[in-house]
Amino acid sequence: MTKLREFKDIYELAAQKGKKLYELCQEYEAQNLEISVAQVREKVKTNLDAMKEAIRNGLTSKEMSMSGLCGDDCAKLLEKYKNDGSRLFSKTYQNVLLYALATVEQNLRMGKIVACPTAGSCGIVPAVIIAVSEAKETDEEAQINALITAGLVGKIVSNKLALAGAVAGCQSECGVAAAMAAAALVEIYEGDNEQILNAAALCLKNVMGLVCDPVAGLVEVPCVKRNAFLAIYAVTGAELAMAGIKSVIPIDEIVDAMVQVGEMMSPKLKESAEAGLATTKTGLQITEELTAKWNRNSGE
Amino acid sequence: MEKEKTLFDVIGPVIIGPSSSHTAGAVRIGLLAGKIFGQCPKRVCFRLFNSFAKTGKGHGTDKGLLGGVMGFDVDDERIKKSFEIAKKLNLDYSFEYLENHNRHPNSVDIVMQKTGMKDMQVSGVSLGAGEVAVTKINGYNFNINGDYDTLVLIYKDKPGMVYRVTALLQSHNINIASMHCDRNARGQEASMGICVDGAVSEDIIKELEKIEEVYLIRNVEVLKK
Repeated sequence: MTKLREFKDIYELAAQKGKKLYELCQEYEAQNLEISVAQVREKVKTNLDAMKEAIRNGLTSKEMSMSGLCGDDCAKLLEKYKNDGSRLFSKTYQNVLLYALATVEQNLRMGKIVACPTAGSCGIVPAVIIAVSEAKETDEEAQINALITAGLVGKIVSNKLALAGAVAGCQSECGVAAAMAAAALVEIYEGDNEQILNAAALCLKNVMGLVCDPVAGLVEVPCVKRNAFLAIYAVTGAELAMAGIKSVIPIDEIVDAMVQVGEMMSPKLKESAEAGLATTKTGLQITEELTAKWNRNSGE
Repeated sequence: MEKEKTLFDVIGPVIIGPSSSHTAGAVRIGLLAGKIFGQCPKRVCFRLFNSFAKTGKGHGTDKGLLGGVMGFDVDDERIKKSFEIAKKLNLDYSFEYLENHNRHPNSVDIVMQKTGMKDMQVSGVSLGAGEVAVTKINGYNFNINGDYDTLVLIYKDKPGMVYRVTALLQSHNINIASMHCDRNARGQEASMGICVDGAVSEDIIKELEKIEEVYLIRNVEVLKK
């Protein structure tokens, strides 16, 4: 079995065989996991269904997180759209934002989500795939193709870059999620392999250096809103790539650069809540209040 | 050896949020600890260290650990209600929050008790992305991560024990993927952790139990991933 370490490896193999990236990926996974391609797709469908369920549940809940910091942003946006007739941006754009918030808010209220690639970045890929698929009436098989394409991008990035804020900052969580979602969207648009990789590359370039500085160390501030922002990044990447716009720097080199930047990033900006937003005046105040609250009722 | 990632490490796993390391990882450590203890305990105390102690409340690390000990998996929606469920089951639970920088940032000691059983302490670490390891059982070093069925044995330290166990496995054509031994002192107690390919049947466990001076034997089944 050919080892697919870099994007150029899989791109060349796909070109040789005249296949789409998702086709190569599902064959590779089937071989690696010793199951059939149909079984790989069945597992992907299970996760796609779980993503849809999280969105459904998230859209109807206002339950706050255990800290009380977040949980009603999706409801607020939904309310705004209900009362806003202007429709400057399309329904699909609105849904991308809503679905991203719905998913990530399910996560913080201990609901069931699909880590994609991580729990803190779980809203981005589903928001883009599902909102656009609804608008385009994309069938389920094509949605599965898109999700496999997203997974392939995340997996190849992860061969070099650990997908963990604690190791490489948020560029490796929400940043990579945006690249995955952009690639998935190009697959839904029926773009070619080159466009898929360009969409991912354009996203990655623009998230480089994004730090992980969560207030009180929780997956809430700034993670919740960041999912909505980066879902729109993904759409931008796919739109540009579909127009034939290319990343000047090849994607494998961008990933190398992200690894380098991740290594240079201070440990204080890697999920440890010792700098950035976490240590702003307000960030520290929130941390102090939460610590006091939780010390009062531990184990309750 | 680092194992190759699969597609489902990136689009998945399906978990109860909010954190793969602090929630799903906590569930898996609890799950492994419960399996190693062998039953749902009557009393359990969790000692959380460092980041687990500092940010555990906001991540539901406490609910995850307790849910895991009660046998809930990472995608089980009951995790959110672990405290209520434990109370209904009359399972006494408590938490201690500690700082010790000689310990991994996300680590926990779980002390489990039940009448008629020896107390057990299981230590675990959450390594990120939902990956975990049980590093100690009753003070003995182990490395159990739920990727394989793992046999856990504590027995009298004497010549031939490794041979007897592995010969029995060989007679059932079971391949050993990795193995780790430890002991407290010569001639006293020793431990073995054996990761195997495939499953270990009840019959094999019964045969292993016949080996004299084996004090504890458990088959810790592979975690659903």
